[in-house]
Amino acid sequence: MNTVTLTVKNAPELFLECENVNTDAFAGKKADQIAKLGAFQGKEITTLGDYFTITGEAGATAADTKIVINGDCTKMKYIGAKMTAGEVVVNSACDMYTGSWMKGGKLVVNGDVHSFCGLAMAGGEFTINGNAGNYLGAAYRGDWRGMSGGVLRVKGNAGSDVATFMTGGEMIIEGNVDIHLGTHMEGGKIILKGNANRRVGGQLVKGEIYVFGSINVMMPGYKPVRDVELEVDGTKAKFTEYLGDLGERHPKRKGETVYGHLYMKQ
Amino acid sequence: MPKDVTDVICPFCGTLCDDLIVTVSDDNKTILGVKNACAIGAEKFNHQRLPGRVTRPRMRQADGTFKEVSYDEAIDWTAKMLVKSRKTLMYGWASTSCQAMSIGHEIAEKVGGIVDNCATVCHGSSLIAIEDVGVPSCTLGEVKNRADRVIFWGCNPAHAHPRHMSRYSIFPRGFFTVKGHKGRKIYCVDCRYTDTAKCADEFIQVQQGYDYELLNAFRTAARGEALPDTVGGVPKEKIIEIVEDLKQARFGIIFFGMGLTHSMGRNHNIDIAINLTRDMNDFTKFAIMAMRGHWNVTGSGQVLGWQYGFPYAVDLSRRDQARHQTGETTSVDLLNRSEVEACFYIATDPGAHFPVDAMISSSRKPTVTIDPHIQCTTEISDLHIPVAMVGVETGGCAYRMDNVPIETRKVVEPPEGMLTDEQLLTRINHRVDELLAKGGA
Ligand code: SF4
Repeated sequence: MNTVTLTVKNAPELFLECENVNTDAFAGKKADQIAKLGAFQGKEITTLGDYFTITGEAGATAADTKIVINGDCTKMKYIGAKMTAGEVVVNSACDMYTGSWMKGGKLVVNGDVHSFCGLAMAGGEFTINGNAGNYLGAAYRGDWRGMSGGVLRVKGNAGSDVATFMTGGEMIIEGNVDIHLGTHMEGGKIILKGNANRRVGGQLVKGEIYVFGSINVMMPGYKPVRDVELEVDGTKAKFTEYLGDLGERHPKRKGETVYGHLYMKQ
Repeated sequence: MPKDVTDVICPFCGTLCDDLIVTVSDDNKTILGVKNACAIGAEKFNHQRLPGRVTRPRMRQADGTFKEVSYDEAIDWTAKMLVKSRKTLMYGWASTSCQAMSIGHEIAEKVGGIVDNCATVCHGSSLIAIEDVGVPSCTLGEVKNRADRVIFWGCNPAHAHPRHMSRYSIFPRGFFTVKGHKGRKIYCVDCRYTDTAKCADEFIQVQQGYDYELLNAFRTAARGEALPDTVGGVPKEKIIEIVEDLKQARFGIIFFGMGLTHSMGRNHNIDIAINLTRDMNDFTKFAIMAMRGHWNVTGSGQVLGWQYGFPYAVDLSRRDQARHQTGETTSVDLLNRSEVEACFYIATDPGAHFPVDAMISSSRKPTVTIDPHIQCTTEISDLHIPVAMVGVETGGCAYRMDNVPIETRKVVEPPEGMLTDEQLLTRINHRVDELLAKGGA
């Protein structure tokens, strides 16, 4: 695997759209070719070379390419977005759309990410070693398909509207979340190690939510059904299982209605 | 001899009343009186003859004062600002005509602007919900002629849309609603006992911030599932009773306002209310409608939606694509994050409505405000360009809150030499073309 290192040399004045900073765009390119890839500040079209010092060269394919980014990326959007393979490590906080529409590979952010990260993620591994903003792993505005595959892990807290319209994959939040977790969920698995504010699993059709901490106000459409012993993300514990959201439509499989499941650690 | 102009459209709120009678002076220059309008609507017409109206553009000077400049100078300054800026916020549009908007959008495409309208601090959350789950809606005419169950949820038309109740939602006698008020059951759900609540047959007081939970409980009850004893302060027996009554409706309608769009959860509150409406359609006919505020904010959503597919916060800065993300391309976020380099405001007053931080950020950027009157935003702008009042001094198309287009009427002449929004934007557009042909500002 070949490594390309990007070091921020000029901070953008507005926000920089870095949709070319991913393994797929870099694959098969040398440092000088990468430096010529477009970067956008509003209507101004510049190049990655205007903002980064670039060393090393990419592998022949995305899978053979690793990108390491150093320097302040807090004003950079779309890092690692749409990547399909390979590895990206960002040693900074990032702005919006980091890792969105990701299909494969590994993305690690050693810092916080802003809102709309991991949107509609379909595969791969996305790890945030900091906090995440709102709409983590949710759907793009107006779309009804949020995260559908892969593993998204946040070491810190996440904001509100996390995993809206999630249809598959696994999300682990080690800290707390604000309101609206898993709204409109149609599949997949959310593991929340901390507490949720309110409105967990509202309008949820299918899928599983595991909560280790507490929920400030439980949705009226959830009903406790039984106690279960489970091993969740390496922790064995006793959980209370709820069915829900009973106010939402639910599909039938083999004549049986399929509900969503919420597990609260006892 | 003063004369009466009949069937005048009121350019104030989203109800867009179309039965006003305006008395104008002989020379067609002054409005002498307004009939049929409510107090706030009449005031809009009365503004036309207020003394001290600015009739020429004003440019901010180094010492902070304003100096009168010609329209030509103002147009040149604006066009240069737009061409130079890498990202420009072009906000407002809710109080101008759809024709003016389309010219504005043409400019935005050329200069890579972000077009946003007042929905961004108003019914934007309703629009997000509609993007997510669609909307079963109807016209106000259908409400008048058919509705026998009317729910006002988190809205107060008694103050915000004063003639809404008498023209459409509570009192009028319609084709199938011959008994008027007596044939309708009116519910009001709010955290406060409003003047609208006083007109309702039943007032349901929901604890602030519990609308989502209460709507969820309504849906759960409609499916015959069990409920907790109280939800948001409302006993479960009451919830079940109301849901059963709504199922008996021949035609039900939910009107909602800022109580849902701007309390905790915002778009989710509308989303679940839309889904309750959908559920109710399993039993009877039900519709839902946003109580849109500015008279033509709906029109801005229509024109943007038709042109770019998104009803507000449309980012055209990349020019080959239209993008839209509430939280990113919305005015307040753009200003708070300082993501734009210049501000172009038209037909609204963000200075009066935006959070202070956003306006502090705005005041540090080159700013042009196009508005008939002096208002908060004009006072922190570098350039104020006055224009004729749309719907009073010039006509143009507007959309009522139920998405019905209505052509507004000109009732008096604008002050001598004053441009309309359409004329002004057309000239800015030409100047932008000239500058771009030359290769920039
Ligand atoms: S209700 Fe609205 S449109 Fe009708 S007169 Fe009053 S302000 Fe004008």
